[in-house]
Amino acid sequence: MAKTEFQVWRGDSSGGELQSYQVDVGPGYVVLDAIHQIQAEQANDLAVRWNCKAGKCGSCSAEVNGSPRLMCMTRVDDLPKDKPITVEPMRTFPSVKDLVTDVSWNYEVKKTIQRFMPSKPDAADGTWRMDQYDVERPQEFRKCIECFLCQDVCHVLRDHHMHDRFAGPRMFVYVANLEMNPIDTGNRVAQLRDELGVGYCNITKCCTKVCPEHITITDNAIIPLKERVVDQSYDPIAKLLGAGKE
Amino acid sequence: MSEHQVVEHDVIVIGAGGAGLRAAIAAAAGGASVGLVCKSLLGKAHTVMAEGGVAAALSNADERDNWMVHFADTMRGGQYLNSWRMAELHAKEAPDRVRELESWGALLDRTPDGRMNQRNFGGHKYPRLAHVGDRTGLEMIRTLQDHGIHQGIDVHMEVTVTKLLTDGDRCVGAFAYDRERGRFKVFKAKAVVLATGGIGRAYTITSNSWEYTGDGHALAYHAGAELVDMEFVQFHPTGMVWPPSVRGILVTEGVRGEGGVLKNSEGRRFMFDDIPPLYQGQTAATPEEGWRYVIGDKEARRPPELLTRDHVARKIVKEVKEGRGSPHGGVFLDIAWIKQNIKDAEGHIRKKLPSMYHQFKELAGVDITKEPMEVGPTMHYMMGGVRVEPDSQMSTTVKGLFAAGECGGGLHGANRLGGNSLSDLLVFGKRAGEYAAKFAAGNSAVKLGDDQVKLAESEALAPLERDADADVGPFRLQYELQKLMQDKAGIAREETELTEALEGIQKLKARASVMGAGGSREYNPGWHTALDLHNLLTISEAIALAARERKESRGAHARVDYQAKDAAWGTFNHVIKKGKDGNMEIRREPLAAIRQDLQDIIKEQG
Ligand SMILES: Cc1cc2nc3c(=O)[nH]c(=O)nc-3n(C[C@H](O)[C@H](O)[C@H](O)COP(=O)(O)OP(=O)(O)OC[C@H]3O[C@@H](n4cnc5c(N)ncnc54)[C@H](O)[C@@H]3O)c2cc1C
Ligand code: SF4
Ligand code: SF4
Ligand code: FES
Repeated sequence: MAKTEFQVWRGDSSGGELQSYQVDVGPGYVVLDAIHQIQAEQANDLAVRWNCKAGKCGSCSAEVNGSPRLMCMTRVDDLPKDKPITVEPMRTFPSVKDLVTDVSWNYEVKKTIQRFMPSKPDAADGTWRMDQYDVERPQEFRKCIECFLCQDVCHVLRDHHMHDRFAGPRMFVYVANLEMNPIDTGNRVAQLRDELGVGYCNITKCCTKVCPEHITITDNAIIPLKERVVDQSYDPIAKLLGAGKE
Repeated sequence: MSEHQVVEHDVIVIGAGGAGLRAAIAAAAGGASVGLVCKSLLGKAHTVMAEGGVAAALSNADERDNWMVHFADTMRGGQYLNSWRMAELHAKEAPDRVRELESWGALLDRTPDGRMNQRNFGGHKYPRLAHVGDRTGLEMIRTLQDHGIHQGIDVHMEVTVTKLLTDGDRCVGAFAYDRERGRFKVFKAKAVVLATGGIGRAYTITSNSWEYTGDGHALAYHAGAELVDMEFVQFHPTGMVWPPSVRGILVTEGVRGEGGVLKNSEGRRFMFDDIPPLYQGQTAATPEEGWRYVIGDKEARRPPELLTRDHVARKIVKEVKEGRGSPHGGVFLDIAWIKQNIKDAEGHIRKKLPSMYHQFKELAGVDITKEPMEVGPTMHYMMGGVRVEPDSQMSTTVKGLFAAGECGGGLHGANRLGGNSLSDLLVFGKRAGEYAAKFAAGNSAVKLGDDQVKLAESEALAPLERDADADVGPFRLQYELQKLMQDKAGIAREETELTEALEGIQKLKARASVMGAGGSREYNPGWHTALDLHNLLTISEAIALAARERKESRGAHARVDYQAKDAAWGTFNHVIKKGKDGNMEIRREPLAAIRQDLQDIIKEQG
């Protein structure tokens, strides 16, 4: 069987480089299969995160031929055959080792976001009645598998390193899910503006393009959130009344 | 002694899937300080992969449903080897546990009048599975995670426990290493909850992830706990079979719940050929009746594709063995055919089964709205687990040690019904957390023995100190073990093969005790696999031993040499425990008599 060359980044926070491996690519191979083969046969200590191997857990994020992808959902035969395939860790996050990066910042930011605050149940049985139509909007955001590929690609984080002022697309998707939950009573507008920095997003839509769950991050989550910020921050009457959500 | 950090909590929970998260939330609510430990990042546990739904008799989709029907279905599915008390608690409490998720932000699919919708699943008499498309597990784990992070729980991510620490017959903590840097952590706790999930990595073809190395089962066993029902390993009838790189990945039962049918290479719906006696009255007589059931006709009975998993898996194996399989050694699962019956079938399929649509499209190049899928059995779920007191989930032999979720035993008996795991996690996760907090409050502080910690350290470091050779290294040994279990202790079992499996395991154990892993302590999968391997070996031995002992076929346990179910074998569970000499011991534990009112329910439900 013909071998395919993979160039995998090996290293840690002190630096590293691409190393070349030859892989027997079997039928239907995804990039993660190739990495596993290298790990099993050539480099037992090659560090990589994965769990489901079916695009469901968001663990195996990496940059394949330079673009942010889930390794388990990237078919090798969909990649160009005339040059080696490069596999590198997400560059926006600090390196731990090889393909593993330190994504703990995302978990820290999420904790600071105002939590879900349900209204009083509206049905006699102590539950809520919600229309399928109304839950579908936030359900799109709840598909998020926290792969952080959108965070990886967003230039505000990747190039400008504004981690202290800007929460990134994943967190806006999370806030949108809360804000659009039919029974939530919270209001995260001030937080969006002052702490999460939604204003820094200049709608390049790169995040939407890489989302493996096909969440329309920019149009469906970020833009409506920006609109809320504008409406509530600059509408004097709304501000006076401390208005909540529509 | 090499360095370690000591972390102290009232309760530590090992595992952050549905069961662990729910336990941690309950323990925190009970006033305990809680530490939550997991091998992966938060939110990535296996629960995230669950697709079809969570079973609870909410009676939203069919008002005839109630806890009694759910109880009877669960017992029938488990061939009456279940702990009846757990089955009762589960059926009664599941509805509240599921509703609670909504108050924490979950958004499940709705009925036309705005309540949670429920879908059909194998072995459930009425549509009972609350769901979100086919990503119910994601909804559940994210809800628990996003609620849990505000409960003052200390989360230790990417930390693997390798040993439980004991003081006499009480569990007092756990020894662990962090995956990132390989540093040791010693958790000191008044109560410990195991919620480590299953054992799938013992087999070659499995729907399970790398995490499923039976850690909780093995940790508990070595700490003196009993394991129950270890012969019952569920093979899900529908895993992907092609291409080889995706072999084993699950195809949710939801496909059949939505009307998907199984066909052999001759185009025949072979599931109609053989309906087991326990289910004859409940199964559709014709394809036409089966379809009416799918679309909610209350007079219709369920199609035979929705019989229990053990039965469907065996029928598929039979078709393949007799030469009527699909090109790659499975059978055909067809959902596209429903276009004969409904308008916009393609849109409907994509809406109801979005991840299946993507999974096949992207990984196999198959459009399930147009073509049938190829499917075959895949190892999926472990019914056996740590033997616990039904109400508290505390181990029957180790005080202060609790177990919930897939690593706990008892609820499912010889076969689990789909959807009954997610509800199990919620019901018994909560109970375990609650009782662990109570236990911690009522019992004195613990002391840790230095010797145990020292031993745990040297055991953990051993593979790094030996010479590494990939040909006899951890990945190689794991592969050989998987193959052994798949071939000799898999879906159809036989005395001689099970004996060969047990002998093979002993040989692998000997090799594992001298195996080396190369590299350093920093994020080193070779080393991690080497340590997990010991757990896999322990539970593989338990499976093969219990399977050899049970000389009949029942539920998920199918013996080629004893094909019939035998009433005499339906009166006890197998219980496994580590003997004084360190060898594995197995005994028969008679079933507790079922309370009279519950017996009446079983009789009534037929
Ligand atoms: C593809 C798939 C689909 C499924 N669909 C359904 C469904 O529709 N309905 C249903 O009811 N069931 C379903 N199941 C079964 C169900 O998902 C699992 O049984 C259930 O999620 C197990 O949950 P758990 O909390 O017990 O364990 P898990 O969610 O697996 O969590 C285990 C946790 O333990 C941790 N852990 C393990 N070992 C250690 C250790 N040594 N040290 C520290 N931490 C450790 C892991 O890191 C993880 O956090 C499905 C299973 C699969 C594989
Ligand atoms: S659209 Fe906004 S959030 Fe998304 S990548 Fe561009 S700047 Fe970042
Ligand atoms: S929004 Fe999409 S890209 Fe971003 S973390 Fe979620 S799934 Fe990944
Ligand atoms: S391994 Fe889960 S998304 Fe790739």
